[in-house]
Amino acid sequence: MLSNEYPVLNGPEGYLPPAAASMGVMLPDQGFALIEGSCVLADDALEKIADKLLNARNPVFFPGPLLLWAWKEGVAEKAQAVKDLAELVGAKIIPMPDYRPKYPMINPEVEINPNHPNLTIWHNKIDVCVFIGVHCHYANVALKIIRGGTDCYTIGLCAEAGHEDAMISMRDVGLLQIIKLTEIIKKRKDEQK
Amino acid sequence: MIEQKIADPIQILFESERETQFITGSEAIREAIRRANVEMAIAYPITPQSESMHLVGDLFAEGYIKDYFRGENEFAVMSSVAGAAMAGVRVFTATGGPGTLRAFEAFSTWSGARLPIVCAFMTRGVNSPLTIQPDTIEMSCMLDTGILMLHAEDSQDVYDMILSAFMIAEKTDVHIPVGVFVDGFFVTHTRDNVEITPADLKLPPYNPYSAPVPVMDMENVPFRQMRDPFVMKSNFISYAAHASWQQEVLSAAERSRKYIKQYLGDLIETEYPNSEILIIGSGTAVSQGREAMLAARNSGMDVGLVKIKSVRPFPEEEIRELVRHARYVIVPEFNRVGWLAREIKSVVEDTTKIIAGPRVYGGMTMPPGLIIDEIRRCSE
Repeated sequence: MLSNEYPVLNGPEGYLPPAAASMGVMLPDQGFALIEGSCVLADDALEKIADKLLNARNPVFFPGPLLLWAWKEGVAEKAQAVKDLAELVGAKIIPMPDYRPKYPMINPEVEINPNHPNLTIWHNKIDVCVFIGVHCHYANVALKIIRGGTDCYTIGLCAEAGHEDAMISMRDVGLLQIIKLTEIIKKRKDEQK
Repeated sequence: MIEQKIADPIQILFESERETQFITGSEAIREAIRRANVEMAIAYPITPQSESMHLVGDLFAEGYIKDYFRGENEFAVMSSVAGAAMAGVRVFTATGGPGTLRAFEAFSTWSGARLPIVCAFMTRGVNSPLTIQPDTIEMSCMLDTGILMLHAEDSQDVYDMILSAFMIAEKTDVHIPVGVFVDGFFVTHTRDNVEITPADLKLPPYNPYSAPVPVMDMENVPFRQMRDPFVMKSNFISYAAHASWQQEVLSAAERSRKYIKQYLGDLIETEYPNSEILIIGSGTAVSQGREAMLAARNSGMDVGLVKIKSVRPFPEEEIRELVRHARYVIVPEFNRVGWLAREIKSVVEDTTKIIAGPRVYGGMTMPPGLIIDEIRRCSE
């Protein structure tokens, strides 16, 4: 593990915490991931995600538009795998259907919005959340707000380069990684029986 | 038009056989754009930029670019360019001096909207009073717009930086505009030997579907959903969202460092970096600094040179470390405000080492003797 001096921990971190990227946290290369700001092997991060999901009181998946719409080949299969994974760990699914600010406020029971994600976290008392299928810019905006104002532990399963402000950040996540994570969790659950 | 095939940018930039051409900086821009797989270019003329965008127009006539037109003015051009980039198009434009200032609002909009636009800025004086002559003062205005800023020393830099700029700007984790700044006339209108990559190789196309924001493709879900307008309501949540958004743009610039190193070698270049006296510059001030350094070294003085290639992101740690070991740092600049000296002072531990000059402006040249005089004063 390559440790970083700036730990990316669940908050509340403060009124306006710095972006992890500006504090020296760097997105890892292919095959690696971030755990709390430090670079680790991607497989180690999958194990840690399994830990967090299995020990969560109220885990929730936040799928974004890139997963909610079958906009290209393979997305429907990936979405089904994510749904299966969420059901396996007993997690709720609250979508981030789009990025438009909604006023006076969103209905936090049924959706999350990148401009005020803390409302959904607070309302549903979410202790662990998973971002997947959210465009990177909006995921990063939301993850910083969540770290600033809530105590929620955030996990980013990103199909691109990942997110410094997630407590666990995986990059290049496709169907195979979702299946791999599901298998790890199934094995852990079998061992607990 | 030569039939071109798509090649890996690393292959094009570092492995392909280059041909030497004796061309102007404006022609170097044309040759870079010829190989950059640009889909659209929009122009508005201003000296000393006019020739380069005219030459890009020739590329359109030859079939290398799909669309090209002249805007109503610089603000219209920069806004049209933004629309093209939002729609997922690789786009190029250029301006300079008063044109930069006329379009100024657009640049922060580009970076805030995460648009990977590449723009060349042929720097010249602005209205104090009006001049068309070389001057880098507009760069001081651009420092906090959120765009990446590369500063070319010569036509070779212009060529390599423009090709690299598209690759850096379009990385999903960066995805903000890149300005390639080039000193007007000194580079744009001067012939030099430039090593040119093969004309039958071009960059891979831009993939807007990997962008960190939805591309505005109205035909396909999920992208037909408009991007949200910037958050403008008067409440704490809106302020916090806006702040987080701005932090994310700054983070994108931080992430660009590794790609600048990948495509341009590093954010800086050094010659004799452990010397007692360092000349730190950017743009053509580096060439004058090199002349002065060589003359001083021939006279037995211990002088080195640092060329800053990336002004944004700024090479903070590199400069801090280099200055730590130097006794004096001379910062020659082609502007009256000394913005580079201010940048350097803002990151070093001991600002008393920094000599913020010599500075010339309004079109004046900088004889190396001016820098040598400073070196002598430091050596006394």
